[in-house]
Amino acid sequence: MTSSNWYRYSSPATFYPIAGRMIPWFGWAAAVLAAIGLWIGLGLAPTDFQQGEAYRIIFIHVAAAWMSMFIYVVMAAWSGVFLAFNTRLSAMMAQAMAPTGALMTFIALLTGSLWGKPTWGTYWAWDARMTSELILLFLYMGVIALRNAIDDPRRADRACAVLALVGVINVPIIYFSVKWWNTLHQGSSVSLTAAPKMAMIMLTGMLIMALAAWFYSIAVTLYRVRVIMIERERGSAWVGELQEVQSR
Amino acid sequence: MSEFFAMGGYAFYVWGSFGATALVVIAELLSLRARRRRALDEARLATPDNLSAATQGVL
Repeated sequence: MTSSNWYRYSSPATFYPIAGRMIPWFGWAAAVLAAIGLWIGLGLAPTDFQQGEAYRIIFIHVAAAWMSMFIYVVMAAWSGVFLAFNTRLSAMMAQAMAPTGALMTFIALLTGSLWGKPTWGTYWAWDARMTSELILLFLYMGVIALRNAIDDPRRADRACAVLALVGVINVPIIYFSVKWWNTLHQGSSVSLTAAPKMAMIMLTGMLIMALAAWFYSIAVTLYRVRVIMIERERGSAWVGELQEVQSR
Repeated sequence: MSEFFAMGGYAFYVWGSFGATALVVIAELLSLRARRRRALDEARLATPDNLSAATQGVL
């Protein structure tokens, strides 16, 4: 296999149908996993002996918070690939991820706030974890706003890629904030190096919800990148030949 | 059943979290579908056939 084969996949005309075939798989996987995760989280998992039923927010909060950071890292990676190789599909992928990343960040902040009130007695505190997660939301919104502010898509690609790459420094700050500073937010309950500090059934439900959030994000990103391709390449031959453009 | 919805007194926080998440996800999906329809409409207008038709005053 030569390297030119890989470049072939970086053409929107080639990737558009591939993405279209992948969307139903990821979408249905997300729906099924979310149903199982909710069943475990709201049905099977027992009441927490300290937090009562309030802890059930974990099944959404952790999944969304993980996704919010992970999507940003992937968005920054696509931005780096775009700046290095000038492949327009990479810039489109980065563009497609920003809204879903912002959505996950918003959900993480909102559910965290709704969890904080009954357990800490406050909806919000300016501690390092919450503040850096709020900055993440501003970074996503900044990337989206910057694109909307620049008329030339190629220049917007460049500016957004640089902003996304600079902002990635915030992700390790979010991740390690509970270690580096004394935060109101608790430390991590799950780590790759130590046994989890929670019951198995709770952990299972949380991980299934996280997996559902992954598949949801992939499906929505692929859907959005296809829309972006149509928006940006309309008038080109391959878009004109698409069945969905031809038919009414 | 009502015990389930009461969530041990934390109903506002638990259902607020799950409900708001559901709303936000539905909103994303609906707005995405609307954006796709808009993009397809604009792409139809921008196809070469329509462009030549438009310049001839047919459209």
